[in-house]
This record gives sequence, C-alpha cells and structure tokens, in this order.
Amino acid sequence: MAELTQAPVARRKLDVRAVGRIKPFLFALGLLPFLRWVWLGFHDGLTANPIEFLTLSSGTWTLVCLLVTLGITPLRRLTNQPALVRVRRMCGLFTFFYACMHFLTWAWWDQDWVLSSMIADVKHRPFILVGFTAFVLLSLLALTSPQAAMRAMGRNWQRLHRVIYVIGVLVILHFWWIRAGKNNFEDPIIYGSVLIALLGWRVAERLRRRPASEQIKPAARSQTAQRG
Amino acid sequence: MLIRQPSDVLPSEITPEAVWQSRRRWLKQAALGSAALGLARVPDALAADAPDLAPLPGTPNPKYVVMDQQTSYKDITNYNNYYEFGLDKADPAEYAGKLVTRPWTVSVEGEVAKPRTFGIDELLKLAPMEDRVYRLRCVEAWSMVIPWVGYSLSALLKQVEPTGNAKYVEFVSVVQKETMPGVSSSVLDWPYIEGLRMDEAMHPLAMLVFGLYGKVLPNQDGAPLRVAVPWKYGFKSGKSLVKIRLVEKQPATAWVKAASNEYGFYANVNPDVPHPRWSQATERRIGDSGGFFAPKRKTLMFNGYGEQVASMYAGMDLRANY
Repeated sequence: MAELTQAPVARRKLDVRAVGRIKPFLFALGLLPFLRWVWLGFHDGLTANPIEFLTLSSGTWTLVCLLVTLGITPLRRLTNQPALVRVRRMCGLFTFFYACMHFLTWAWWDQDWVLSSMIADVKHRPFILVGFTAFVLLSLLALTSPQAAMRAMGRNWQRLHRVIYVIGVLVILHFWWIRAGKNNFEDPIIYGSVLIALLGWRVAERLRRRPASEQIKPAARSQTAQRG
Repeated sequence: MLIRQPSDVLPSEITPEAVWQSRRRWLKQAALGSAALGLARVPDALAADAPDLAPLPGTPNPKYVVMDQQTSYKDITNYNNYYEFGLDKADPAEYAGKLVTRPWTVSVEGEVAKPRTFGIDELLKLAPMEDRVYRLRCVEAWSMVIPWVGYSLSALLKQVEPTGNAKYVEFVSVVQKETMPGVSSSVLDWPYIEGLRMDEAMHPLAMLVFGLYGKVLPNQDGAPLRVAVPWKYGFKSGKSLVKIRLVEKQPATAWVKAASNEYGFYANVNPDVPHPRWSQATERRIGDSGGFFAPKRKTLMFNGYGEQVASMYAGMDLRANY
C-alpha cells in the first residue's frame, strides 16, 4: 500500500543494517566540535576569554545539531530513504549533549552553581528564560529517547516529541535576543531561515498530503503519520 | 542616594611577597600538569612583545597604579572591542595593522577660547608621560589590568581654555573607510562618538593614552591616542581620536544611539545596576592566573575608584543615570 503512494524510484533503498554502518561515522562527526575544544585547549586557542568562547561555541553547535536533527525527516522523504530515521535519535542526543555543555558554561562558570543567582537570572532576563525553557524541554525529549520509553508511551511519545518544533523556535529567539544589543542579526537570520525552511517543508507536506489522505485507508494514514 | 566609597587598594588585596613568590612557583608546577588537560592557561609572558613598536617611556605615577596582577600584553592586544575593524574580539588584531596613524592631527574645538589643531608629535610632548596601571571593566562583564602610558586629559583641555559654556566633552574617533572593514556594518553610527561631563573630563584620572607596556599603542588598542576613563565601562574610552569638541549639550554617544535601554551616557561601573541581559555584580578577569576555574571577581563600585570619583555623582540617582 505504502509503495503505491510513493513515486517509484530506481535508487537502491538503504536497509536498516546499511544505516547502522553509518552510525559510528556519524558519532565521530558529532564529537568533532568537542574534540576541537580539547585541541584548542592544548594549543592556547580558546582566546583570551575561554569561557565566553565555549559559551558561544557550545550554543552554536547545539543549534547546528538541532537543525540537522530536524533535517532528517525531510531528507528521508526527499531521498526516499526511510531507514535514515535510525540516525535521528543520535542527532537529537548530540543536540542535547551540546546543550548540556552550553548549560554548564552558564550554571557553572557564569553562575558558580549559586541556585538563588540562577533563579534570579532566569526570572529577570527573558533571553535566559527562553534558553532555559528550551533546555528543560530538550531534557524531557532526551530522557524519553530510549526505545523502551517510546514503546511505553505509545502515541504520546510522538505528541511529546513534536515539542522539538517549539524548542527550535525558542532557540532562535534566544540567539536573536543575545544579538539584539548589537543589532548584529546576520547569524540569527541565517539559522532562523534554515529553521523556517525545515518547519515550512513540514507544513507544506501536511497540506499536500491532506487531500490524498482522504483516499487512503486509516491503516496507511497512521503509517504515514509515524514518519512525521 | 548613598554612594559607597571603597578605598582604591584594600590592604588585604596586597599580597605579601613571600606569598606571591610561592604562588608563582606553585602555579608554574600546576600549569605544567594541568595545561596538559587544557584546564589552566599557562601565564603568558607579560611584557610587550612588539619589536616594531617604538618605545614610549614614562615615569611611574604611584598615585595611579593599582596593585592587581597585570593582564598580559598578548591578551590586551588580541582581545579587543574596536568595531571599526569588525565585531569579533580577534578582528582588531587581525585588521588594524593597516590603519594609517601618521600623519595624525587632533582638532580641539567648540566652546573654547583657543581652538587648535594639534599634531601627534606636539601632543606627545605636551605633558610628561606617566606610567599608570588602570583597571579596565568592560560592560560585557570582563576586565583587565592595563599599564598605560600618557597623561591627564585635563592637560590638553587646559591648553584650549574652555569657556563657561563648555559643559561636556565629545570625543570623535577616526573613520578610515579603506582600512576599516567594520565601518560598512550598521551596528553603530560612524564615526564613533563618546563623551564625558566637563568635570569628569577634567578629573586627573581621565587619561589621554599614547602607549601601552612602555611602547607606543598598537593600532588595535586605539593608536595613536585614545582616552582611558577607568571608573566607567570600557566603551566610554574612545580610541584613535581625531576630534575633541567641548559642547554645551550632552553629546549623542554611539552606544546610547544604538541601544539606550542597555547603555547609558554615564556608564559608571556599578555592580548594583544590571545590564538588561546580564548581571554586572561580578566580572571575569581576562587571563586570571587561577585558570578556567577561577571564580569571577566581585565588581567594585566605580571599578574601585570610588574614593577619587564618587563625589562627582553626589545626589545623583545612579540607577536612572546608568
């Protein structure tokens, strides 16, 4: 049934095992930014203000990983390689890893783990509140990322994980605000545009599929929905 | 309102020699071990490593020397906010080399009896050069300790005989389109304008700076001359000055024009008045010998210069006039 709704493509489809073989390389790739920091640390390359450098760098890599994660589904559809879904969790967890680094630079080096000062910072500064909210939401997704959680939560798993779209918007807003003081919006505009394209593609896809879905039997429809 | 007046250098801040000697030994040993982990920065050679820059000797002025450990020449010359050369802290060091600093004149004009244009060589001889070590506190919550060479700005201002109408001093920085890649950006209006109230400008701490670490200023630090106003956030200290205007009305300064909710005209260092996006209560000392894990320092009211400058702001609401 599913084959009928998709254009016949001559290209060989990757099977689950083939995608599995990509994973170690992807893992190494995901660690590169972190290894770069270590290398720079050895070579006096973290600038005169290493904390500031690591804060900005970890923030940027969180955003890059987030956009890559959001790019997996469009990539699967456009290349007709549904098995690529097997790398999505790893991308998501790398997003969480760099978000943790970013959070650490704030909680540890900026706030010195002083809880009252952290609470005050979240309360008084909208851009911190937005970033903190995104981090909390992202933590929920990371916690519920194992296969077992997925099975236990059933349909609710997907409902929860759609929060990734909200996180994307919050992260761009956070980035936009920190740059607002210097009217320096070049980077937020670039990253924001990629996010808009990735979310826009989903909206377009949904609109395009809706009329067709009326002709598809319920079973097939739920199958397509799961690819979300 | 009450203005705290911490003394410039607390006796407790001065470290006995035996202690700092042993700390240095310990640091060297610790650095060897932990540098391998990338955890601590090995202290850089402090003094100027700039063979192409001419020496500019000054006489130490003990009145204006803070005892904190000085920031390394490398950090002072590689971590700069000088947006005419780009927004990144490393941009000024990379691009400022092309700045044309000779010939150079500074026009001092406005509400003065004797307006005059000074050549840079005249200015270098106008008053005896002094070595002063000032704290610099950036509005971005980092700080340095910098050995400047220069003299009090008042020495220059007295030359032109300000009239009774001179209430403020406006500093205009150079714009060289050919050598400054940053001036094509719209982050700020160019030229960079800064300003002080007349009494602030005449205060002996307000310094006209020509040198750093005993040599002439490197371009990225504001060659050939800049001001240093140590009790205010760093952006108040304009670099590469070409014009100094004495005026009656408060000048429209660059950062106030760009974001008046974030940056005020006074911009006195004040731990109690937070920036909208971060606290100003603490600061990170660049190149802190404690390495990565050194806790941030408490920011001092007026950057520790309260005893000298607080009286200028008696009765002023420093929250409203941030």
